[in-house]
Amino acid sequence: MSTESATLTGVGAATAKAGRRGGHAKRNLTVKAGSSVILLIIAVVFCIPLLWVILASINPNASLSVEWPGSPSTDNYRAVLNTDTTYRPIWNSVILCGGGTILTMICSALAAYPLSRYQSRAKRPFLLTIIFATGLPITAIMVPVYAMFVRVNLIDSMIGAIFFLAASSLPYAIFLMKNFMDGVPKELEESAWTEGAGTLRALWSIVLPLMRPGTAVVMMLTFAKMWGDFFVPFMLLLSPDKLPASVSLFTFSSQYGQVAYGQLAAFSILYSLPVVLLYLVLGRRLRDGFVAAGGLKG
Amino acid sequence: MATLTETAARRDSAEPPDRRPHRRTAARGIPLLPAVLVLGAFLAGPVLYSIYLAFTNRALRGEGASETSFVGLDNFRTAFDTSEFWNAVGLTLVFTVVSGIIGQNVLGMALALLLRRSATWVGVLTGTIVVGAWIVPEVVAGYLWYTFLSDGGSLNGILGFLHLPNQDWLIASPIIAVSFANIWRGTAFAMLTYSAALSQVSPELDESAQIDGAGPVRRFWSITLPLLRRSIMTCLMLTTLQTLSVFGLIYVMTGGGPGIQSQTLPLYMYEQAFSYGQLGYGTAVALMLLLVGGLAALAYLRVLPKEDKE
Repeated sequence: MSTESATLTGVGAATAKAGRRGGHAKRNLTVKAGSSVILLIIAVVFCIPLLWVILASINPNASLSVEWPGSPSTDNYRAVLNTDTTYRPIWNSVILCGGGTILTMICSALAAYPLSRYQSRAKRPFLLTIIFATGLPITAIMVPVYAMFVRVNLIDSMIGAIFFLAASSLPYAIFLMKNFMDGVPKELEESAWTEGAGTLRALWSIVLPLMRPGTAVVMMLTFAKMWGDFFVPFMLLLSPDKLPASVSLFTFSSQYGQVAYGQLAAFSILYSLPVVLLYLVLGRRLRDGFVAAGGLKG
Repeated sequence: MATLTETAARRDSAEPPDRRPHRRTAARGIPLLPAVLVLGAFLAGPVLYSIYLAFTNRALRGEGASETSFVGLDNFRTAFDTSEFWNAVGLTLVFTVVSGIIGQNVLGMALALLLRRSATWVGVLTGTIVVGAWIVPEVVAGYLWYTFLSDGGSLNGILGFLHLPNQDWLIASPIIAVSFANIWRGTAFAMLTYSAALSQVSPELDESAQIDGAGPVRRFWSITLPLLRRSIMTCLMLTTLQTLSVFGLIYVMTGGGPGIQSQTLPLYMYEQAFSYGQLGYGTAVALMLLLVGGLAALAYLRVLPKEDKE
């Protein structure tokens, strides 16, 4: 009897719950539709500035406003695709950001290894300094960097700019690399050690291949940040033939006197393309980077 | 022999991660050298140099160009007595609070919450567009917003279509204009951070509260927010630091103008150092900006979970 009533109550409760859950399902559907509509509105608002650059780039009579091109053409692209306007600045960007990224990756991978593998009293203070340095506003030191570079004759030198770009992205790169490296189990190298492999060998042939997705995220973030950077090359490079795309885009309007908006848009697209493609290729892994970037462990 | 092995074994069990002899400890630090050298020469060097330079009258031309001398606290005194400096401080505060602290974080959190509840394709589409705005280079973003807000730009086109008043937003309210551009550009960071954090919150907690009859607002305030406290703190610190050092976006959109109406501290620093050639004074302003950033970075260190620092 008592069991029966218990069962009955149980069933009753279950039914009531099921009923309520049905209500929830309906409500959840409304929530889903509502959220989707709000998101779509935000997406459209976010899109409008982006729409301008795409439409203006194929519009020979582009103005400041988003408008459907009367007679779409590739004239703007053809006008900017020459050595002075596009090829040389893009090539300079490639050297600058490629060099900076390679330097950053080598230094950060090497530095992350002892930080991830060994215990030492100096480790914690070093890591704290690195994390602290990730927060420093780089903009603030550009004036003293300029003054210092004038002193040591590094102004207008690609090498100088590459080293500074690498230094400014190193703290974050070391921090991320160390976190990714912590995820590679140590036991795998221990056998290599017993076989006499040195640190470099273990790092290159065991650890780095195992953390390739992490390395890709660090590389992409480093490269994209340098590619878009304006202030550093703007301050440190002077000769027109050394300027990367970010600075040459800024001087674009003055070069032509009258601003050719269509050409400005076309060049903007050509210049943005590499990082957008990089993001499309590696985008999904970016999320891992955000989970690993720290502070997200709830 | 047996004792030796035993000692070795005991040492092993005492420090399991450290199998190698102690004399190699110093050698283990060698891989750090390249990074330490680059960081020391190109990051710590300029920071230390700025501490020296801020107390001198170094200039690009005129007095202080040929000969540099110590001027003590003169540069700082000048800054505190100049209304342009305080104008820049105020604008930096408005820019950081409106676009960094409130704009990017509130919108980023809203997007992260909505993404979890919306249809999948809408989420993917919106996420891609928002991240697209983030991935676009700074100067391009500056031009996009310049054209969007200009007199003949898209916003006025839309307002005209809706029969609402038009104006040149870059002249009427420049600091708000650049703030909106910065929200557009930076929201993706907060959105990605909060999405990652939300994905680690167990949905069961939320469901059981829902069954207990807690409404969505109540559940957000009493369950989600406290669980995300740490992520929110770190994200707030990071967006603040990023916003403090925005230069290119404002420089492209308004150049700090009209007049000095959107001249935040980085732009004021740049103008003093290069338009007026006062490197010493510009560095003093830079040093103050660096100090504020340093304090924010210290606060960030404090809220970071312990396991990240080890």
